[in-house]
Amino acid sequence: MKNQNIVIVSIAVLAGMLLAVWGMFALGDNMPRGVTEFSQTAYDLHMLILWICVVIGVLVFGAMFVSIILHRKSNGVEAAQFTHSTKAEIAWTAIPILILILMAVPATRALILMETSEGAEMDIKITGYQWKWKYEYMDTGVSFISSLAQDSDIARQLNSGIDPTTVDNYLLEVDNALVVPTDTKIRLLLTSGDVIHSWWVPELGWKRDAIPGIVNTAWTSISEPGTYRGQCAELCGKDHGFMPVVVIAKPRAEFEQWLAQQPGYTGSDDVSALAQDTADDMTTSPEVALAD
Amino acid sequence: MSSNTAAAHDHTHDHTHDDHHGAPKGLLRWVFTTNHKDIGTLYLVFSLLMFLIGGGMALIIRAELFQPGLQLVNPEFFNQMTTMHALVMIFGAVMPAFVGLANWMIPMMIGAPDMALPRMNNWSFWILPFAFTMLIGTLFMPSGGPAGGWTLYPPLSLQTGNSFAFVIFAIHMLGISSIMGAINVIATILNMRAPGMTLLRMPLFVWSWLITAFLLIAVMPVLAGAVTMLLTDRFFDTTFFSAAGGGDPVMFQHIFWFFGHPEVYIMILPAFGIISEIIPTFARKPLFGYTAMVYATASIAFLSFIVWAHHMFTVGMPLGAELFFMYATMVIAVPTGVKVFNWVSTMWRGAMTFETPMLFALAFVILFTIGGFSGLMLAIVPADFQYHDTYFVVAHFHYVLVTGAVFAIIAAAYYWLPKWTGNMYNERLGKIHFWWSVISVNVLFFPQHYLGLAGMPRRIPDYAVQFADYNMISSIGGFAFGLAQLLFAFIVWQCARGGVKATAQVWEGAKGLEWTLPSPAPYHTFDEPPKIDDSVVAHGDVAH
Repeated sequence: MKNQNIVIVSIAVLAGMLLAVWGMFALGDNMPRGVTEFSQTAYDLHMLILWICVVIGVLVFGAMFVSIILHRKSNGVEAAQFTHSTKAEIAWTAIPILILILMAVPATRALILMETSEGAEMDIKITGYQWKWKYEYMDTGVSFISSLAQDSDIARQLNSGIDPTTVDNYLLEVDNALVVPTDTKIRLLLTSGDVIHSWWVPELGWKRDAIPGIVNTAWTSISEPGTYRGQCAELCGKDHGFMPVVVIAKPRAEFEQWLAQQPGYTGSDDVSALAQDTADDMTTSPEVALAD
Repeated sequence: MSSNTAAAHDHTHDHTHDDHHGAPKGLLRWVFTTNHKDIGTLYLVFSLLMFLIGGGMALIIRAELFQPGLQLVNPEFFNQMTTMHALVMIFGAVMPAFVGLANWMIPMMIGAPDMALPRMNNWSFWILPFAFTMLIGTLFMPSGGPAGGWTLYPPLSLQTGNSFAFVIFAIHMLGISSIMGAINVIATILNMRAPGMTLLRMPLFVWSWLITAFLLIAVMPVLAGAVTMLLTDRFFDTTFFSAAGGGDPVMFQHIFWFFGHPEVYIMILPAFGIISEIIPTFARKPLFGYTAMVYATASIAFLSFIVWAHHMFTVGMPLGAELFFMYATMVIAVPTGVKVFNWVSTMWRGAMTFETPMLFALAFVILFTIGGFSGLMLAIVPADFQYHDTYFVVAHFHYVLVTGAVFAIIAAAYYWLPKWTGNMYNERLGKIHFWWSVISVNVLFFPQHYLGLAGMPRRIPDYAVQFADYNMISSIGGFAFGLAQLLFAFIVWQCARGGVKATAQVWEGAKGLEWTLPSPAPYHTFDEPPKIDDSVVAHGDVAH
């Protein structure tokens, strides 16, 4: 009789919790899958760990709710007095360790992929300033400043009276977007001219800090042409919320055409040659102190 | 020792107050008090006040974020609010609340007449009001309060005006207060236990505070060093954290988080202790795995020293360091899991009742665990490159701090209020407070997970329109949760003024020394050490 109760209540509780979990997933936003190998990896890891946590949560909370329903004084139960179970304690120490190892293996593999920027075909230097980004296409003479688009900037003033929903890409539009070629391994060198910023485009799958006096390295290779938007992610002063990042990925040929039309372009007929020059100057370790 | 003080006591007996009287009258009682119960009350009342002030700041934040566009405050003030909200809540609300509970309960739980160092106890409390007056006062200075986040990362924090010096002085004072409080706790627990109260007979709340106190002593000086270097960088032209002068801004982050991560556990270990007291009481069943709980707490404390860089995975660390800090962080899930499993096992086949303290304790177990799950997700470095500095992190640490630490503190207040005041609180209002809080806090923080995953960075005063819906839901939850805490303040006030008289035992299943004392606990207790036998050991678990 008692065991039968536990089974019935357990099934009801589990069903209720699965419904609640399904509702939360159906309702909410999730991490974007993105357009790079790495963003896909980050997404897969995110979902893997999330589901592991959901399963553990449903089991643990399920046991708790079953206990709350059945083991209450108003049911006239007598409290048991056990305080130990060596078997159970060994199990719930050992099993989590195994699960953690299962998580650590793919995470380690993904991290090694992320931190290997060798073989980059071009370099772009990104410098954060309060509150804009500067992009330099290394060894082409092209560089420009990218800051919040004017219509967003007017609308975001205190009591501007402008409804943000009427502004296109409110707070996520810039005057000069970063244009990059698709299917090209691009190394990004990040630094800052004043305080710490963090360059983040969710569709690319990562963010990395831009720190004064340090050059951080990261890389990306975008598989689909398109416009990808992000924001500064490290508090950098009063207009931290107003320094977006916009990346436009174009097919290689279109990109080269665009690059050649930029002011200051000194010519580089082969994009893949770009990286070779700078690779000698920069080590591939993540942190290199700059003289300036 | 005893013969000397006894002699001195006899000598002054005729013209000073004997310490067997009740509490002295008047306002000066509170200024000069060396009584652990008075000082505990001071800490708790102060902490409630700070909780409401810090909550008011949070509501300014949530009001501005109610819809996109800036309607109420400018970005500078918004940043001051996020910074101050964190400093006030961490150093003003959560930490003093735990110290207040330690003051009230530790002597009564181990059979000691008072804290070991009563005058220092008085001082360590009375530093706080001055420190916070100065800290909050910076908001009214010409250069405004600190706006670089509570983590005070340079170079940004060095752009603060002259008020920065006051902020740092306030942090130094808070550090001194915390260290003195910690010394007092350690000295009391190690020296003043009643005969027979061996270490492994101590209630878990006492154990968790003993371990917390060691964490405090270890890391508060590190924070003091970090902010002192900021002070000299800002005002005396040193360049500890400026690359232009040979320093390193990332070094600050390493030093800060070497303090900051143990600090996180300073705010949660005593909560673990509280929950481990409450669940056995209302399950009418001894705590499952007492010794495992002690070892798990100690393991978590040790691990807290070797995981600090998981707060800074995006600064560009070498691969080896990223891997180490990822693995070390994941390991914390093991002892934390043991605690959760033990709490659930304590409930299993108990005879539970659901008074307000138990309700908050149960909510703690579920919601803190949800915060632990998101913590585990954050440990996975490749995914953290997406989560870092987004609302996902905001949701994570509010689950562990609000539905974790704060819920435990509220549970403790309901649990011990009858012992402190001699009156039962209004159970019906307590239950309303619980349900109102637990629903609104999830409306407040759960949507923030979605916001972070969808790409909303933290610490921004305005946002792109696709984030509007969840922000509005979150703000509505915020206001409802804030209102619920005013009800809590009312319930506490009402209970202090009167009500149904509490018995000594208070709760049917309560065990432990504090429940052998009458309610309210007399001004002086355990002048004679109590006799410790198995019947008064808190968890009835003497066979370990």
